[in-house]
Amino acid sequence: MSDGIGARVKRKEDKRFITGKGKYTDDIRVDNQAYAAFVRSPHAHAKVVSIDASGAEAMEGVLAVLNGAQLTGDGIGNIICGWAVTSKDGSPMNMGAWSALATEHVRYAGDAVAVVIAESQSLARLAAEAVEVEYEELPVLVSTLDALADGAVQIHENAPGNLIYDWEIGDAAAADAGLAAAAHVTEMEITNNRLSPNPMEPRSALAIHDEAEDHYTLYTTSQNPHVARLVLSAFYNVAPEHKLRVIAPDVGGGFGSKIYIYPEEITCLWASMKTGRSVKWTSDRSEAFLTDAHGRDHISTAKMGFDAEGRITGLKVDTIANFGAYMSLFSSAVPTYLYATLLSGQYNIANIHANVRAVYTNTVPVDAYRGAGRPEACYLVERMMETAARELGKDPAELRRINFIQEFPHETPVIMTYDAGDFDGNMDKAQAAADTAGFPARKAEAAARGKLRGIGYSAYIEACGIAPSAAVGSLGAGVGLWESAEVRVNPVGTVEILTGSHSHGQGHETTFAQIVAERFSIPIENVQVVHGDTDKVQFGMGTYGSRSGAVGMSAIVKAMDKVEAKVKKIAAHTLEASEEDIVIEGGEVKVAGTDKAMAWHEVGLAAYLAHNLPEGMEPGLKEGAFYDPVNFTFPAGVYIAEVEVDPETGVTEIVQFTAADDFGTIINPMIVEGQVHGGIAQGVGQAMLEGVHYDQDGQLLTGSYMDYTMPRADDLPSYTLEHNTTVCPNNPLGMKGCGEAGAIGTPPAIINAITDAIGTNDLAMPATPHAVWRALQAASVATAAE
Amino acid sequence: MAKIEMKVNGRAVSRDVPDATLLSEFLREELRLTGTHVGCDTSQCGACVVHIDGKAVKSCTALAAACSGSEVTTVEGLANGGLHPMQTAFNDNHGLQCGFCTPGMIMSGIDMVNRYKAAGRELTEEAIRHELEGNICRCTGYHNIVKSIQDAAAKM
Repeated sequence: MSDGIGARVKRKEDKRFITGKGKYTDDIRVDNQAYAAFVRSPHAHAKVVSIDASGAEAMEGVLAVLNGAQLTGDGIGNIICGWAVTSKDGSPMNMGAWSALATEHVRYAGDAVAVVIAESQSLARLAAEAVEVEYEELPVLVSTLDALADGAVQIHENAPGNLIYDWEIGDAAAADAGLAAAAHVTEMEITNNRLSPNPMEPRSALAIHDEAEDHYTLYTTSQNPHVARLVLSAFYNVAPEHKLRVIAPDVGGGFGSKIYIYPEEITCLWASMKTGRSVKWTSDRSEAFLTDAHGRDHISTAKMGFDAEGRITGLKVDTIANFGAYMSLFSSAVPTYLYATLLSGQYNIANIHANVRAVYTNTVPVDAYRGAGRPEACYLVERMMETAARELGKDPAELRRINFIQEFPHETPVIMTYDAGDFDGNMDKAQAAADTAGFPARKAEAAARGKLRGIGYSAYIEACGIAPSAAVGSLGAGVGLWESAEVRVNPVGTVEILTGSHSHGQGHETTFAQIVAERFSIPIENVQVVHGDTDKVQFGMGTYGSRSGAVGMSAIVKAMDKVEAKVKKIAAHTLEASEEDIVIEGGEVKVAGTDKAMAWHEVGLAAYLAHNLPEGMEPGLKEGAFYDPVNFTFPAGVYIAEVEVDPETGVTEIVQFTAADDFGTIINPMIVEGQVHGGIAQGVGQAMLEGVHYDQDGQLLTGSYMDYTMPRADDLPSYTLEHNTTVCPNNPLGMKGCGEAGAIGTPPAIINAITDAIGTNDLAMPATPHAVWRALQAASVATAAE
Repeated sequence: MAKIEMKVNGRAVSRDVPDATLLSEFLREELRLTGTHVGCDTSQCGACVVHIDGKAVKSCTALAAACSGSEVTTVEGLANGGLHPMQTAFNDNHGLQCGFCTPGMIMSGIDMVNRYKAAGRELTEEAIRHELEGNICRCTGYHNIVKSIQDAAAKM
């Protein structure tokens, strides 16, 4: 089947996007629409003394100015973190109160204290500036390291010392013993820089309240509209679930930042009830930098021990994770179950211990951003490996190879069970494609041009297909992480797939249709994928953690199994044959080895006519399924970067970038390659360009595209991609997931390449020309001093 | 209020709008041509690029009043019913994912091909990457956008 699994099918959804007919939240306008603008704290930490809205309220066209006291007075609940992480002493995490509109305290610059509803967006913004808020400023805490210092300012009363939790995983005594027995110990301090996700479509919400039905509709930029509805109902008390419809229409990228339910969506829903008007809010980019959840921001120390042959004897890691001013929806899980559980990397390490402390600071909340914890783990492990290879005088690829896990399933000491992989095979493919054998000649040629050429490896592994519900439940998750699907075969044989996954760039309308076209032997044009609307799809957990293939498509397969069983029963009955002899191929449902057949659409019609169905069979042809994965999936690969550094300026060019990935079964290679390209670009961004900075007063210094360096076309090379396939044994299609790999595997490959070029391991991200130049100078001073 | 008279996608339009109305706002809110997107507030991202009298302009940076009397083409007006070769190339080469930056990419792509052709210059990969300085994409890593523009350039 030309449109089936493995085919490079062009995307079905493209036409509306290339013709400007996409429907994003801000494109939607309804009757009686008014506009919201938020009054935000200019201070990073302050008490709210008073709010005087009289000036704003007097402006013509201003409908209301609403504040936090009114919001909490109406019973709107505080914003929650949905994953309970317990400290090693058994105490629960210290979650500080977060109201959608602050009442007595503001804790980061940008914290909303009031909202103006007005007849136009520009008027709402003008009026928001006319709201006079008196603040009593408090001392500000910005630095991750300062958060735990004695005498540090307290951000939340119930989090003494700003500590949210002090958590551990693995066996500390065993890790210590492993290090003590080592012939060599590599030790590093590693910072994972804070990033702003920056999907190109800013967040937006349009809330509609139907007073007669007391029913709400929310159009919003969400990766998981059903979770949004659940949380808005169950925790924020906006409306009961059956009175709230959440629609995430076309969504312009997410990268994690659109998983969470933010103050603005809650406020718009509530304000639509208060004002009797539909309320729209659309972020501008400045507001996005100020309020969208940031990512990463870890400071770690790590020790890795090696025996005389270079085998790892132990790994010990101590990490502090900055959560910002409040605990965002999945924040607690990121530096624990999505980070520390991946610290074994691709390596056979018997002894690992990690300690993680999460802290509050007066900065915007930090949560999952593409990769979420796994980039931090990969960066740490892979920089350690490269540094260790240099210290041990070993080839970095060989040091990795002698430590690679060879047999599967493999249980790590940090509670993951890797199910399948071929790590040497990934390395072989990457090295061949990157022509690593030819590197010395290329380095010499570059040196002749005055350039420092370096090569860097990264062997990443991630846990995707998030996640087995019972397993994550036992670890504190407040939700199950299954997925649902419904397969509707219409009387004319066309098929609708209703999925709880949400596409915001991933191309589900094409790939999901491909597996249906193949299974039922029908043209892909006859398959429609429906998603993103809680009134259409019964439930779903949404898209993040590279789960739409491994979990979302598995649910579709499960529903198709049920449809196929019924189709075969109908055909067997009609064709007077045995069910076991019925096959679906060539657009027909037929008796194998005979010319007895029904066209696919004839079976659909028979199901709905119900004139001649097997005894006792219900009419219709529609089946649903919930699929709960039995394990995470483990995409893995090897990335190799080659860079050239200009020693005079520190300007670094990526001259070659090779990625060899094992994603298991690939449905559409074109789309998978696109996911890898984008992930690599974000990884290059983290490694060389991006970094969120606050000044000591908690003012965001990187609040626009003038200040925060987004990767542009001329910052990036073209990429060489290779695939190596080991099938995932735990889901029906054998898929592992591909959405985050690039962002996980890339940063260490780049930094390892640059540090190779400049001859020092002491370089932090982002490796801007200035940072590279300084590292070079420091290294040459150190060399001269020796 | 300012009186705006312009030709948009071949059709004459006339509106009275507040003086401060940006062209992007005029297109999106007055004419409901929502294919032109706004992704930033500092004229960096290029999601709002349209053609004014045949030249690529960031519509978030132009006052509608300043463009009165012009001919404006948006992504919706590139082809009557069919597809412009640049649009086809983006589909053929998987040059888009979430689609938000895409209208601006397509409008900038057409503009650069036209300029290079007019000047008799070759639009190399390096040139395309340089020309895309004013268009930011977060999804594709640009790899397939560059391929799309190269492909379209050969067909335009």
